[in-house]
Amino acid sequence: MAKHALRLVAVAYVLFLLVLPVILIVWRTFGDGLGPFVEALTSPSALHAFKVTVTVAGWAVVANTVFGVLTAILLVRHRFPGKRLLGAFIDLPMAVSPVVVGLALILVYGRFAPFGGLLESWGIQVIFSTPGMVLATVFVALPLVVRAIVPVLEELGDEQEQAAHTLGASRLQAFIRITLPGIRWALGYGIVLCLARSLGEYGAVAVVSGRLVDQTQTLTLFVEERFQNFDQPAAFAAATALALIAVVTLLLTKLLRPKDRIDGN
Amino acid sequence: MRVRRLGAIAAAIVATTTLVTACGGGDNAAGGDGGGKVQLALVAYSTPQAAFEDVIKAFQQTPEGKNITFTQSYGASGDQSRAVANGLKADIVEFSLETDITRLVKAGIVAEDWNSGPTKGILTDSVVVIGTRKGNPKGLKTWDDLVKPGVEVLTPNPFTSGAARWNLLAGYGAKSNKGADQAAGLAYLDALLKNVPVQDDSGRKALQTFAGGKGDALLTYENEAIFAQQNGQELDYTIPDATLLIENPVAVTKTSAHPKEAQAFLKFLYTTEAQTIFAKNGYRPVIDGVTGFNWVTPPQLFTIQDLGGWDKITSEFFDSKTGKVAEIERKLGVATEK
Amino acid sequence: MTAITVRPARRLAGGTAAGLGVAVLYLSLIVLIPLAAVVWRSADQGPGYFWRSVTTPDAWAALTLTIGASALVALINLVMGTAIAWVLVRDRFPGRRVLDTIIDLPFALPTIVAGLVLLALYGPQSPLGINLAYSRAGVVLALMFVTLPFVVRTVQPVLLELDTEMEQAAASLGAGPFQTFRRVILPNLIPAMLSGTALAFTRAISEFGSTVLISGNLPFKTQVAAVNIFSQIEGDNTTGAAAISTVLLVVALVALISLDVLQRWGSRRG
Repeated sequence: MAKHALRLVAVAYVLFLLVLPVILIVWRTFGDGLGPFVEALTSPSALHAFKVTVTVAGWAVVANTVFGVLTAILLVRHRFPGKRLLGAFIDLPMAVSPVVVGLALILVYGRFAPFGGLLESWGIQVIFSTPGMVLATVFVALPLVVRAIVPVLEELGDEQEQAAHTLGASRLQAFIRITLPGIRWALGYGIVLCLARSLGEYGAVAVVSGRLVDQTQTLTLFVEERFQNFDQPAAFAAATALALIAVVTLLLTKLLRPKDRIDGN
Repeated sequence: MRVRRLGAIAAAIVATTTLVTACGGGDNAAGGDGGGKVQLALVAYSTPQAAFEDVIKAFQQTPEGKNITFTQSYGASGDQSRAVANGLKADIVEFSLETDITRLVKAGIVAEDWNSGPTKGILTDSVVVIGTRKGNPKGLKTWDDLVKPGVEVLTPNPFTSGAARWNLLAGYGAKSNKGADQAAGLAYLDALLKNVPVQDDSGRKALQTFAGGKGDALLTYENEAIFAQQNGQELDYTIPDATLLIENPVAVTKTSAHPKEAQAFLKFLYTTEAQTIFAKNGYRPVIDGVTGFNWVTPPQLFTIQDLGGWDKITSEFFDSKTGKVAEIERKLGVATEK
Repeated sequence: MTAITVRPARRLAGGTAAGLGVAVLYLSLIVLIPLAAVVWRSADQGPGYFWRSVTTPDAWAALTLTIGASALVALINLVMGTAIAWVLVRDRFPGRRVLDTIIDLPFALPTIVAGLVLLALYGPQSPLGINLAYSRAGVVLALMFVTLPFVVRTVQPVLLELDTEMEQAAASLGAGPFQTFRRVILPNLIPAMLSGTALAFTRAISEFGSTVLISGNLPFKTQVAAVNIFSQIEGDNTTGAAAISTVLLVVALVALISLDVLQRWGSRRG
């Protein structure tokens, strides 16, 4: 009896908090059919937003993947003082509010800030422009690839790489032929997480973007701006597109997750 | 098996993304990627977005505007002005208040003679109106109605929003006999602000809050009220007998990389065509020759000059430390440190 | 979600220093120096100004609302998260796998979209007739949404690993199901429950996007700290923004250090 009550409570909670709101939006978006949805998403502003989002997220994922693999190997296979500190620093972005991320970047890369001023004199504008948004996105998604790879690297152990070395393989060869394939599922998982986080970032880019419609407006910023301009159809359409991407992400991570069973037997 | 399914999904995502990006890149030739086209940056306050989008399209149909693309940024007037002062690139700026342009003059971004033209640098006019729910159930029509007990009035924070200053000065001017009786005017503002439950950051945000169901009345620009009505919002508005003429200034920046094109755009803004577009969006034109609209002139319309001019008013009323409005706001616990 | 645990490994000559240098440079340029700049800037005009910035009526209201609502939401998650994890692991019903997948939705969904969907169902145009917009309840709702997975995902693995022998032994000795839960199962779950709660709390105090639409951001009433900071940044009050940000960072740090301590306590218990 208690079992059924608990089940009901748990399911109802998730239903009313997560499922129903999302379904409602999708419902409202497609209320008049597929036409308005496609129309809203192919307007010049929406397409621009897609482009900006994909560009920014793309760069962020590439950067964090390279950093992630490098750092995971460092943490697992190398020995040096301050390892725990490095690990803690890598986790730091999880605890920082997106708005604070934006502020932090402005203070260092804004026009009147030390690095920012230097970069401006070289003709590179960071804040109010794409590089700033990439930095903000890199910040918030930083730990994701590392965290995904480290446990798997640990489990794999390095016997195979060592064996390859004795057989004359260079470090790079060992890395490409042994390490990478060994971690490929975890790497894929980490990349998908990083991509999803990057596509969905809102707060940090809101601060550094300067609200330049059609220029530095990501899809998430587009949702908010359209909503504030009473353009519900466009806002809902973009929101639905993002929700669909989120669902695809969920499915992908389910497939890729290194250990994922709820049976436990 | 798993790999194949995974590969299919991954391929689908990659395909969709590339398709969208390719479409985005191809479709929109006006997408700021240079290649011989001049790009102008317009930075403006929150309300004229819809108007400018149409004006820009019209400009791009003219010979002068053919090869010019635009980036646009909209937000609270004070915040946008500060952003430009802090490095936000702008070729043309349009704000709610003159002081937001003056800030840029002081920062060396706008030339000192920006307002020496025939319209004194003003692009559009409007008036402060009292917005209410459809049908005006509480019968709020005059300044006195707004200070009745239990009435909730929305107006933004005057330390971030240009609209808020227009609103408050309209009430002040109406109740102080165009500035003659300062004590009466300030007493009115005191009473009015007590009836304001929340002060949003910008005029547009205050409209959003009102549209979301909060408040009985909204002090706003006439053009914002019209914009809301045009977008299906259930809102009526009344023009009080005594109210303030809102004048929104525009300027090109000294730091513009394309001064010629920026000037061309500025000139276009004063043509009948552009001013008609502004009129369609609820603004009152500043040139003669715009026909087809019926603008009601309030019997006791006054201007910011009648009240002493922006410089005097800003330092006397809105100085964040010593201003009279700042004092009132602090008593209510509202942030003035901006 | 576990913090990174590392084991010492044998040294690999040469590459360590270079790799470490690159990693540290990347981290410094993107994370460490900017965050240090925030703290530095907050102290820019002395401790007095710092205190005044944090205690202005709207900043103080935002901080107390944020911490209060986050604590409430963390507690709600403590209970509901454990309940959901229990149902996912110990129960069997059609759709259980779907439920398990959906739980992670708040991780994948952009916060602004979360705000929009909540506004649709619980705002002025709600088909349910509930209007939580412009209220603190709306803020709590948004925070509940974004923190849903945290406790579930920390408790679930522990429940999976749990050896049912002790429960069976307790049952054979005559203990009822609640007794068994309270005395046998719960003690093993508590470290995971608490660490998930700490994570949920930290996430909640940082939240920005989902509250922007449904709460209406009424200063003093429904404005959370992150929105207040945003407003200060826009208003060019960077020192004030940095001060409030530093407070948030310190609170988050305290929560996370407690989490670290809890995890070590948990692993010592075996």
